[in-house]
Amino acid sequence: MTDPTFATRPDPARAAERDRDLKLLLAVLLALLGVTMTAIYALALNAGAAPRLADLALARVPQTGVDNPVTAVLLNYRAYDTLMELAVLLAALLGIWSLGPAPAGFQRSGPVLAGMVSWVVPLLIVAGGYMLWVGGYAPGGAFQAGALLGAAGVIVRLAGDPQAGLPGEAAQRWLLVLGVLVFTLVGLGLMLFGAGFLTYPPKLAKWLILLIESAATLAIGVALAAAYVGGRPTATSPLDPRPSAQPK
Amino acid sequence: MTAQLLYGGAGLMLFVLGIWSFLVHEPLLRKVIALNITGAGVFHVLIAVAYRGDAAPPDPVPHALVLTGIVVAVSATALALILGARLQDSDDDA
Repeated sequence: MTDPTFATRPDPARAAERDRDLKLLLAVLLALLGVTMTAIYALALNAGAAPRLADLALARVPQTGVDNPVTAVLLNYRAYDTLMELAVLLAALLGIWSLGPAPAGFQRSGPVLAGMVSWVVPLLIVAGGYMLWVGGYAPGGAFQAGALLGAAGVIVRLAGDPQAGLPGEAAQRWLLVLGVLVFTLVGLGLMLFGAGFLTYPPKLAKWLILLIESAATLAIGVALAAAYVGGRPTATSPLDPRPSAQPK
Repeated sequence: MTAQLLYGGAGLMLFVLGIWSFLVHEPLLRKVIALNITGAGVFHVLIAVAYRGDAAPPDPVPHALVLTGIVVAVSATALALILGARLQDSDDDA
């Protein structure tokens, strides 16, 4: 038996042992990290209330055009943030599309699933519209509504439509940029009238926010469904043996 | 206070467990799931921090940050999953 230090071939038993030691070390370090962070968190909670943005944010809600403080933060105080967030979603989808055409869809669903889909999808779209509207004064808003639309797309693709019920490529591109486009145009339009970028005048704020949120809902829904499709939309070629199922 | 500590503490635990799983497991899918768990832990902490007692409404700013964070996490996850799938396709071709 040679000294393993000088062995030319790695000894699998020894490698496994070192692997286990590393994992153990990692576990100890991470446990320390967790304990430290929890201690800091507990100390911070016990330190009592420091001045924070909540009071300021809640006090100005009547001027934001919406009654839901979270929507006020998202679409008014931190509108830039939300614009960039839509841009991130768009960038992620462009990344997905740049990787090539979408993989083949699933086989067409049987009559039971197809029947359920034709019930659930319109329901999701109606629920999405409700979510969008309710976001003005209660939990809800563009992202929740967009998530419901995206879920509708996922269901349609699972039921056998390779394009998840989305329109053609040109229309998809317009819908995808709609959120960023409307958001930016509203901001630039406000600058034209002397207000700052995305600084809504209180009288118009409600309608501008609703406009932006409606566009954002469509863009988010289409982006999520298109991300689930997982590639650039392909025109159904004559070589494609699968008939493209149209969602009801 | 106790509920806030438990909720935030659970978030920190998820954060640490996510990092552990991300570092230890080799398959890409597990790493993506682990990162999502890490992110969920961060969201937990932010939501716990937003609590201001039963009398006052919660701080809307961390709530909005979490909402933004969820969308960014979903976008990044979708991109990572497709990248991983393509990587596997090219491995299969090789």
